[in-house]
Amino acid sequence: MSNKPYYSSITKKIIMSLMGLFLLTFLLVHLTLNSFLLFDKELFNEGAHFMGTNPFIQVFQWVLFAGFAIHIIYGIILQIQNWMSRPTGYKKRAFMEQSPFSKYMIYTGLLIFIFLAIHLTNFFFVKMGWVGNGIPEVGGKEDMGQLVIDLFHNGGYVTLYVVLILLMGFHLDHAFQSAFQTLGLNHKTYWGFIKGLSRVYAIVVTLGFVIIPLILHFK
Amino acid sequence: MDLKLKIWRQASPTDKGKFVDYEVHNISSDASFLEMIDILNDELIAKGERPVAFDHDCREGICGMCSMFINGHPHGPEAATTTCQLHMRKFKDGETIVIEPWRAKPFPVIRDLIVDRSAFDLIIQEAGYISASTGGTPDANAIPIKKENADLAMDAAACIGCGACVAACKNASAMLFVSAKVSQFALLPQGKVEAKDRVKKMVAKMDELGFGNCTNTYACEAECPKEISITNIARMNRQFIGAKLG
Repeated sequence: MSNKPYYSSITKKIIMSLMGLFLLTFLLVHLTLNSFLLFDKELFNEGAHFMGTNPFIQVFQWVLFAGFAIHIIYGIILQIQNWMSRPTGYKKRAFMEQSPFSKYMIYTGLLIFIFLAIHLTNFFFVKMGWVGNGIPEVGGKEDMGQLVIDLFHNGGYVTLYVVLILLMGFHLDHAFQSAFQTLGLNHKTYWGFIKGLSRVYAIVVTLGFVIIPLILHFK
Repeated sequence: MDLKLKIWRQASPTDKGKFVDYEVHNISSDASFLEMIDILNDELIAKGERPVAFDHDCREGICGMCSMFINGHPHGPEAATTTCQLHMRKFKDGETIVIEPWRAKPFPVIRDLIVDRSAFDLIIQEAGYISASTGGTPDANAIPIKKENADLAMDAAACIGCGACVAACKNASAMLFVSAKVSQFALLPQGKVEAKDRVKKMVAKMDELGFGNCTNTYACEAECPKEISITNIARMNRQFIGAKLG
């Protein structure tokens, strides 16, 4: 082995999986906050206000962006290496992937990135004052909830949102259990549980993010 | 049985190569897949044509030499079976069978269906062994080994190094092979002494040779003729993390 320092394939994958688990945790927090909107707009606004002003969250949001960036950059590097490792493809190749959505992670990942760009433009960038006319205010307080509700009245937007969230669900279904395998956490005594939990996580998070805009649209 | 075959023909490593169509007739359903190719080759030789070159040795499913990508699967469509143990009764009369070599950058085609799998040897040479001083033969029962670990080590050692894992993986990753070779030592006391160096060296060699990165599709486990488990990959990842952390 040469003494030249290098990032091994496993090191890169471990970094990707840790960032992925971090993002999966963030999605749960995000979903919880979104669900407030179904019950009480004021509660949602309180939550959004907290997220927008709490000093810890203000710092943490940049950590989150870094997490996204690292996950994406490593994902692209690994994918390019993978494409290069088979310069000549097969004439006939069966579908052999046992984690079915694992085959399309780069593509679902790309769609999530597009979704993220749209999402940030609609909400985060508006809040930062980089685009749009700012967040509507009610009684001197920002009414983030109204901004969301207004957007979800647009049928085309809701359709795009729901489709992209469903595709994100495919990404999550593989992602959760895959991170555990990469971190070496696979043993016959609990692997079935992790795979089940991964599926449950993907379904719950996807349905959660899909149901909220649909309910708000038809309300 | 009558069969149509589409076989990859490539005269040399530098030849461009192409698929050539063949037909074979009156093949017994009890013939093995390699025997069917033998019959085709007899006919080609009789016609003065160059026979199809393919790797084979023991024809008992234990040497790991036979390497053909058959109808979209390494070693064909039957699970846990090497090409030599695959029989024609697994195919339909009149079926078209596509036969290709393993496809991976570290496994260049030498001729037709034969690929150079020296990359696996280089990984083994790097650290796939234990260092033991010569001397008297130790008592086999002198070192107690947990039964579960002995079984797991034996399961990992069942890997015949055929390369089906690389061939099946969409990324041409060798993680299942390397993890089996790491595990068969790491699980036993004799292998633990050099375990940290071993995993780091073998992974580094695997990367250097240009195998792809594992994305946990688990196609390798599904296609492995010896049913090597992906828990070996998780074990190697744990070993690797442990080795890197000191």
